[in-house]
Amino acid sequence: MTWLLEFVALLLLVTLVLGLIRIWRGPTVADRMLAAQLFGTTGVGLLLVLAELQQMPALRDVALVLALLAVMAVLAFVARVWRQDSNNDREGPT
Amino acid sequence: MILIDLLQGILLLTGVGFFLVGTLGILRFPDVYTRVHALTKADNLGLGLIVFGLLLGADSVPAALKLLLIWSLALIASATAGYLVARAARRRGVKPWKAGSGGGT
Repeated sequence: MTWLLEFVALLLLVTLVLGLIRIWRGPTVADRMLAAQLFGTTGVGLLLVLAELQQMPALRDVALVLALLAVMAVLAFVARVWRQDSNNDREGPT
Repeated sequence: MILIDLLQGILLLTGVGFFLVGTLGILRFPDVYTRVHALTKADNLGLGLIVFGLLLGADSVPAALKLLLIWSLALIASATAGYLVARAARRRGVKPWKAGSGGGT
C-alpha cells in the first residue's frame, strides 16, 4: 500500500503546484484568495496522507490547525481587505 | 484484508481525482462565482473520499474520529468561506459571467 500512498501524495502535490498558476494570473484578489483556500483543502489532504505514510500521527494535528487557519485567512480577507470602500481589486500582473 | 486494501485504493484514487478536477475548475472557470463551486464542492468531496480511504487503515478509534473531525471542520469552513467570498464579490459589483461574454483568464 505504500506505493499507492506515495502516488496519492505526489498527485496532491501536483494539484497544489497547478493551483499556483491561478494565484499568478489573478485577475482579482478574490481569485488569489480562493486559490489560497485551495491550498488549505489540498494541504489538509496531503498532510493526512503523509501522516499515514510516514507513521507520524502529529501531522494530523497539523492538518487540523491548517484547516482552521485556512478559513481564518479567508474570513479576515473578506472582512478586512476586500471591502466595498477599498479599491485594490486589480493589482499585479493580470 | 485484500478486499479492504482494494477498497482503500479505490477511495484514495477517486479522492485524488476529485482534487484534480477541482484544481482544473479553478484554472478553467471564467469568474469568481464559478470558481467558488470548484473549490467548495469538488475539493471537499475529494478530501472526504481520502479521509474515508485512510479511515479503513486507521489504527485506533480516536485517530479515526480525528480524521472525521478534520473533514467536518473542512466542510463547515469551506461552506462558510465560499458563501462569504461570493457575497463580497456581489457587493463589490463583480458581474457574473454569461455565456458569450468572453472571460476565462
